[in-house]
Amino acid sequence: MSDSALPAPQAEASARRAFAPDWGMRILGILLIAYLFYAASQLDLGLGRFITGLGEGGRFLARMVPPNFERWELLLEGLLESIQIAVLATVVGIILSLPLGLLAARNLAPWWVSGPVRAFIAVCRSLHYVIVAIIFVKAIGFGAMAGVAALVVASIGFAAKLFAEAVEEISMKPVEAVRATGASAMAVLIYAVLPQVASRFVGFSLYQLDSNLRNSTLVGIVGAGGIGGTLFAAFKRFDYDFVSAILLAIIALILLAEVISGRIRAAMR
Amino acid sequence: MSATTTTGDTLAPLRREWIRHTPAERLTRWVMTLTIVAATVWAVRTIDIIPEFLIDAPEQMADLLLRMWPPDLAYYPTTVHGALIETLHIATLGTVFGFLMAIPLALLAARNICRIPALNALAQVGLVASRSVNSLVWALIFVAVFGPGAAAGVFAIAFRSIGFVGKLLAEALEEMNPGPREALRAAGAPWGAEMLKAVWPQIRPAFWGVALFRWDINVRESAVLGLVGAGGIGVVLEDAINFFQWDQVATILLAILAVVLVAEIVVTRVRARLL
Repeated sequence: MSDSALPAPQAEASARRAFAPDWGMRILGILLIAYLFYAASQLDLGLGRFITGLGEGGRFLARMVPPNFERWELLLEGLLESIQIAVLATVVGIILSLPLGLLAARNLAPWWVSGPVRAFIAVCRSLHYVIVAIIFVKAIGFGAMAGVAALVVASIGFAAKLFAEAVEEISMKPVEAVRATGASAMAVLIYAVLPQVASRFVGFSLYQLDSNLRNSTLVGIVGAGGIGGTLFAAFKRFDYDFVSAILLAIIALILLAEVISGRIRAAMR
Repeated sequence: MSATTTTGDTLAPLRREWIRHTPAERLTRWVMTLTIVAATVWAVRTIDIIPEFLIDAPEQMADLLLRMWPPDLAYYPTTVHGALIETLHIATLGTVFGFLMAIPLALLAARNICRIPALNALAQVGLVASRSVNSLVWALIFVAVFGPGAAAGVFAIAFRSIGFVGKLLAEALEEMNPGPREALRAAGAPWGAEMLKAVWPQIRPAFWGVALFRWDINVRESAVLGLVGAGGIGVVLEDAINFFQWDQVATILLAILAVVLVAEIVVTRVRARLL
């Protein structure tokens, strides 16, 4: 009864103004446009620059076609190294993420464990993998190992967070049941926690492999191995036809990985 | 017949051996495990591992951290602050330009808005192409087009955002309720009014959600674009690294970390209030 009394004034109001102008939206839009002009002037973005850019872009595109696959051995070598970086980083990253994810879950770990672990995961996630790669290039030296280490950090940032969230969503009933039998902490994990989250873990791992593959094609820009180094070198030498060949190869690799992981995901369901 | 079978078999169901997975399931599990192990072994055996580099890695890491401490905070007001503001401008402008280009593509890609299958497919190809090229690669391309500077960064961020934003907006458009549109069309409303009064109110929550999410990602990404010369704080970072000024590097990294964390908090707060 009390419900029916409520909508009446609202219905009346909307009947009076069917398509009321949204003043909040308009003011926001005007502010946004004002900001755009301010920021564009700060960054020295002008129409003249844009028009010269279009001409340059045309010349650039003209030099990119046809793609030059003559140095396909170099290309293949880089791609294979990228795949290796992605595989290793995913395996190591997932192995490290499992315990970290469990420790970060607030329903299983006490707050003085989950708090610091969550902070560590947040820091891993906040730093862009290319920046992490720079640091590891200094620490480990040029080459694929630095790329693997950087992507392991990135994997921990994402996979451990997703694991922790999945563990926090489990039903606590099996956990209590197993605990009530006097089982050890390890047995509780294996028989009550992991069966509830295992299939989601597999999904996250697959997603992480996919995303590591994308990122491993880039860490080479700072010298951490993979096809990115070849790409950056080709850019620096203005070998734009080789650049377009590399870009096509990277896009093909990523699309292929997306199709395969999509198939696996569909088969798991 | 029942008499003969029940004599010895009353306990048969209890004696049956229970197996958790069917043979096919077990086979796929084995194949998956084998693939993972084989891929790992292949990667470990063929990847370039230089033992000398690996052995002194902890030493080098400790050396790096010692050189980074204490961070050169006096460096912040002179150089880092301006570059940080530039990075935020790049991220925001890039997000807005990305949306300006993504909205038409999303409208073309949504099958309930644009009824021509060929145009749907074309728009999808555009979105996929934008997504499969990383923002750093877009930055390399636009540095070649516009020359080094913030303009290349803005365009790199914008072109990278198109695919992500366009895909999510097209999905939101396809999921909406056709009722309000049909009602407006029946009343004789033109296309523009239909979009503004029937479509926009339905996708507004998704739109702001995507905008905030993408802006957050763009703030992170624009911090590294400078490594390839596309403006922002990355340029300062690259310079500091090339001069081995590790205490300045530490300041820059702390500044980036702070901005990323603040952006995340702002986005979470605004989203909680909006949605």
